[in-house]
Amino acid sequence: MPLRDRRIYEHPILAFHRGRKVIFYFEGQPVEAYEGESVAVALYALGVDVFSWSPRLGRPRGSFCMIGKCSSCFMTINGVPNTKACKYPVREGLVVERQRGWGVLRESASVENSTPISSERIETDVLIVGGGPAGLVAALTAANYGLDVVVVDEHFKLGGQLLKQTHKFFGSVELFGGLRGFQIAEELARKIRESGRIKVLTSSVAYGVFRGGLVGVASESTHYVVKPRALIATTGAQERSLDFPNNDLPGVVGAGGAQTIMNEFGVEPGENALVVGSGNVGLIVAYQLLQAGVRVSAVVEIMPEIGGWFVHAAKIRRYGVPILTRHTIKYVEGAERVERAVVAAVDEKFNFVPGTERTYDVDLVLLAIGLEPDSRLAIQAGAVVKYVPELGGFAPIRTRLLETTVKNMFIAGDASGIEEATTAMLEGRVAALAAVSRLVESSASSRALEEAEKILNFLWNEYRASPLLARARRGKEAVSIAESVLEELRKKYPAPVSFG
Amino acid sequence: MSLVEKPKFRETGVIELGELEKLGLLPPRERLAKGPVAILECPEEIPCNICVPFCPTKAIQMDTIIALPRVQWDRCTGCGVCVAVCPGLAAFVVDLSKPDADYVTFPHEFLPAPRVGERVVLMNRRGEVVGEGKVVRVWERNKTYVVTVKAPKWLGLEVRAIWVKK
Repeated sequence: MPLRDRRIYEHPILAFHRGRKVIFYFEGQPVEAYEGESVAVALYALGVDVFSWSPRLGRPRGSFCMIGKCSSCFMTINGVPNTKACKYPVREGLVVERQRGWGVLRESASVENSTPISSERIETDVLIVGGGPAGLVAALTAANYGLDVVVVDEHFKLGGQLLKQTHKFFGSVELFGGLRGFQIAEELARKIRESGRIKVLTSSVAYGVFRGGLVGVASESTHYVVKPRALIATTGAQERSLDFPNNDLPGVVGAGGAQTIMNEFGVEPGENALVVGSGNVGLIVAYQLLQAGVRVSAVVEIMPEIGGWFVHAAKIRRYGVPILTRHTIKYVEGAERVERAVVAAVDEKFNFVPGTERTYDVDLVLLAIGLEPDSRLAIQAGAVVKYVPELGGFAPIRTRLLETTVKNMFIAGDASGIEEATTAMLEGRVAALAAVSRLVESSASSRALEEAEKILNFLWNEYRASPLLARARRGKEAVSIAESVLEELRKKYPAPVSFG
Repeated sequence: MSLVEKPKFRETGVIELGELEKLGLLPPRERLAKGPVAILECPEEIPCNICVPFCPTKAIQMDTIIALPRVQWDRCTGCGVCVAVCPGLAAFVVDLSKPDADYVTFPHEFLPAPRVGERVVLMNRRGEVVGEGKVVRVWERNKTYVVTVKAPKWLGLEVRAIWVKK
């Protein structure tokens, strides 16, 4: 130890301000990391690819999503097995071990290593679960109307997936267009800090909604019971995996996971990459890999045409990255990490065409094949959801004002169906204004509804009018219902909870 | 299968001059011969109008946020602000008016930073190396370098990226 140093020290867009050095123990050896890094990132930077071995077959497991959604990076930290290493900040003296199988919770572990848990009850106007673009804009909007807001996020930093976006945003100047994603996160987080009405609980998980309109929130040292008058779920999305032999090998990483590693933490995710999927995420991540000094062998796309916007494709083509349409990944091989990937052409029915295999000697295979809304909190609360392929999975049924079948529970951003960060911010504003309209006196209430109407008009009639957004628009139409239909659904599928 | 024929660039990620011309994105020959002018290689209806408010001569028009950008060629001075602000890195300035060389201005977001006087590799829209050029101007805006390169004559409409030799 250390095996190598994968940290990036010079980057064309980002400056990595690393915190002070801390020493923790990995399998008994002292290792160095920087404050502000997660355990998973710190180990990855040192060249550790395998975080655990699977329970039955003992297969090596690495990291996949890096944002606490996928369970691929479970490790035993301070004696507690199955701890998400990607969400656990490094600290002086931590004891980190790889587990073989499920891991064992020693009875003494909880007594020896945990701090006493205090509990706290919070009453607030609006609780927002998820501190990404939708959640932060929702929080600021509600606070602007004089409401008290609590924002909960799993990560130790606010911003959600904006933190790893280094490209300049599209849209218009009023919608933060022209700023880079991480700059938007900084701007929103600064406004949240300055607001004075917004309580932020980071490194905290809203684990469930309970009768009486209570929301349980767990942090490492405190158990909060929050009673909000309105709940806005801006819980984001998770990356999809793809079936192919050895898809669980370390080095097969979500495209967003790789963005977290390289753009949020300044660590090279690999040396030579193959990107699977040519939607905007795949195209953007390929460009960002080049910026981080990683070679990109190819982007493969199973469909006959490129999935994302032409401008993103042109950006990587002019630096010589091939985009192979009608091609996809067949399998990967390697001992404890990807060493090569085999891709092949597909026919009209998406079957592999024999004899078209090409082998790439890559150590990184990024899956950019789409996201799935994280609608778990809404489902647990009893909201009616619908499976909509255009939205990436199950999405809550909602009114135009983004209210679900759970009274005064609203949904916004990718959790409401996959789109992108600009629409997430617009939806965050709409959801907050709708919540505001329920909680404030009548003149402010009608002002909020008017403002919401203006945004909705722009969103549906101008922004989503782009043919490039037609698929997402169809998806959102499929889950949007009239107020009267909402009432019927509520009678038919009564939710066990409500807010207000 | 859709009856509407999809443009070729959706398959290749490379747009041909003919396609740019058809979409009204290529300045007319006479304007190209006059001096520096912007070419916005933005052929799809992306919901974005960032270039419009930033253009200092108000030469770019868009009726709605998803419209294609329309450059009023005679108002455009080829200043390169659009090159710096376009989130799609799709704006370029070309100057084909000089007898001995073409000048091309690109966005560049890689290290090392290009320096004036340096020789750089020139690449076309396919990433193929088409020659060598000399950096004549560099400025920066929010981490995007705006680089003007002196390229061999007749390459002005082909060259779309540079690579700085390390």
